[in-house]
Amino acid sequence: MKKQNNLDKWDTVISPKRDLIYFNFREIFKYRDLIFLFIKRDFVTFYKQTILGPLWYIIQPLINAIVFTIIFGNLAKIPTEGVPPFIFYLAGNIIWGYFAICLNSTSNTFVRNSDIFGKVYFPRITIPISNIFIGMLQFFIQFIVFVCFLIYFYFSGSSINIDFTLIFIPLLLFQVAITGLGFGLMISSLTSKYRDLTFVMSFGVQLWMYATPIVYPLSLVSEKYRILFCLNPMTSVVESFRYIFFKESVIKLEYIFISIFISILVLILGMIFFNKTEKSFLDTV
Amino acid sequence: MKVAISINNLYKEYKLGVIGRGTLYRDLQSWWALKKGKEDPNSLIGHSDAGKYLQKNKKSNHLALDNINLDINEGEVIGIIGANGAGKSTLLKILSRVTSPTKGQINIKGKISSLLEVGTGFHPELTGRENIFLNGAINGMSKKEISGKLNDIVNFAGVEKFLDTPVKRYSSGMHVRLGFAVAAHLEPDILIVDEVLAVGDADFQKRAIKKMKDVSSNNGRTVIFVSHNMESIRKLCSRVIVMGNGKIIYDGITEDSINEYIGGLAQLSRTYKNVKWDNIKDAPGGDIVRLKSVSILDEKNNFRDKFKLDENIIVECDFEVLKDGFQVSSIFSFGFYSSKTFQWSGEFYLLDDYKDKEWGKQKSFKPGIYKSKLILPKNILNEGIYGVSIDIFLPPSLPDTSFQARIKNVIYFEIIDDIENFGARGSFPGDWQQGNENSYLIRPVTNFETKKTENINKG
Repeated sequence: MKKQNNLDKWDTVISPKRDLIYFNFREIFKYRDLIFLFIKRDFVTFYKQTILGPLWYIIQPLINAIVFTIIFGNLAKIPTEGVPPFIFYLAGNIIWGYFAICLNSTSNTFVRNSDIFGKVYFPRITIPISNIFIGMLQFFIQFIVFVCFLIYFYFSGSSINIDFTLIFIPLLLFQVAITGLGFGLMISSLTSKYRDLTFVMSFGVQLWMYATPIVYPLSLVSEKYRILFCLNPMTSVVESFRYIFFKESVIKLEYIFISIFISILVLILGMIFFNKTEKSFLDTV
Repeated sequence: MKVAISINNLYKEYKLGVIGRGTLYRDLQSWWALKKGKEDPNSLIGHSDAGKYLQKNKKSNHLALDNINLDINEGEVIGIIGANGAGKSTLLKILSRVTSPTKGQINIKGKISSLLEVGTGFHPELTGRENIFLNGAINGMSKKEISGKLNDIVNFAGVEKFLDTPVKRYSSGMHVRLGFAVAAHLEPDILIVDEVLAVGDADFQKRAIKKMKDVSSNNGRTVIFVSHNMESIRKLCSRVIVMGNGKIIYDGITEDSINEYIGGLAQLSRTYKNVKWDNIKDAPGGDIVRLKSVSILDEKNNFRDKFKLDENIIVECDFEVLKDGFQVSSIFSFGFYSSKTFQWSGEFYLLDDYKDKEWGKQKSFKPGIYKSKLILPKNILNEGIYGVSIDIFLPPSLPDTSFQARIKNVIYFEIIDDIENFGARGSFPGDWQQGNENSYLIRPVTNFETKKTENINKG
């Protein structure tokens, strides 16, 4: 009988978590339905009790692009590398929009879900993962609109070149997701302890956007500072994304590699922070 | 028998004084203060000692669980009892993986879930159906499993008509029923129930207990039940763990464990003679009446907690009437714990002098401080420990519907028999209290004489 006990496998082992990074893919796969339901919940509840409903996903980047066109294009006369300003800003906006949603929603993970986390166990990472998919859905809706404008500008004679580089879009999205996730996880861990950061977040993302070549092309930045700009992983993402459609960018391959490297580093750091917070979160909140 | 849960050398440590400062500024402030050798301005304890203590002994940690070792077998219904702060809830939190241990390991075989976490994660904008799926998934069910049980869940909750209505339109009763229905259909191998979390109404609690019974007796599942209610523990559990100060004090069959626990309680009770509430705001009571103090005295007005069988015992309760226009009456009840087994073995209650007046016709009480005083006459009660409960209510309504203060076992006293020549005993050397589950509440001195009634001539 005793022997049989030893042969039995345990389903769950609870012990102090000492690993720096803990990512149990099997468990997350087991909870895939939960991820799906979180996505559905947040997607459905986003536009409940609104008049325009899912249209909001489109309105926001369009208005942003129009405002940018007026202010930065027409008034400030910032060059857009020969690309029609409106489509130039729209491209930057939707890719930045995806980053912002990943970052914002992930950074709220602990604070927003503290009462469920305090009561029932499920892999906490399911919430940030579902956020990334919600952002992805939003991006797709906006991307369709973007493509419509692209076609319009193409036929009105603007320089739009589309070729095999299109296949890099999923990779770019992936990089945005891991960057947003990484920073978001870090911030979510810090905000669970220091609420100050919630205030910083609200305008921090805004400031960050202006530090990224969204309202201006990277070519506007003088050569010697470009490498500094590329420490911001979003710089290369935005430039590459626009390059795919307009083929006008000063982005270099080495900048792209630096940015990918930083994104991965950020993700790893984020996971370490998250893992550390996850195990003690309930005792500090 | 197979082991369902095996807990080995489990520790959980909380750091005192470093919890929940909230802002970076305060963290820096604490750090600076400690560095300069001052007290931590943000220490939890809030006394100047805390800072010094922190400095002298950097390990100012509190062990909520201190080396717990426990094996729970499959199909066992195990109860956990213990005073507040004994570590029961911490153990449950670790078992349900809400927080992680500091040291040690727990091995679990099978799916584990807690029954009374009802409605966790319900989203008000989603419909009943959507919430069933979401809540089920949070608790580890797959979509397929939930679909299979959807009908049962809906019938159990009785919300068929409102299945596609957002949950925000549900009444609070429906909300709880739906949550409970999902929880009840999780079909875990190990079920955790914490009484503290049972916030529902009486009916809901009854159903929860019934469900627990079904789960354990029909399906042979393992149940871990934390409760302060010895009666439910007795009804449900076959084995009971007593916890105290983060340790397992006792582990055994239900009756033995309960005796052990109540015995400890009795030990504790001997320190009570007088309970006071200095601040009226914190005192038990309602808008009309608030308690001020409860004391046990002897005839010379000394606070006492031990009495001989032939001494009168005086129980006093001071209370303040805050509002005019109500009749006020007090009931003192006495819970009796046998001196041999320390088991709860009965109860009686007494009503104040209101009984002498016609019911409901007394003058209303003016605001002020009142004293209810009861003299328990000597030579009636048997040896044992008595827990005094106070109930102040507003006649002519009955106590259950109009109580202002109702506190259980607020103070204890003990009647001892030191086998001297007094009371009903005389010089009889035998036992007067049984060692088994039966016990005798009274030992009155009576007229009880034996006389020769007739002469019989021999031969």
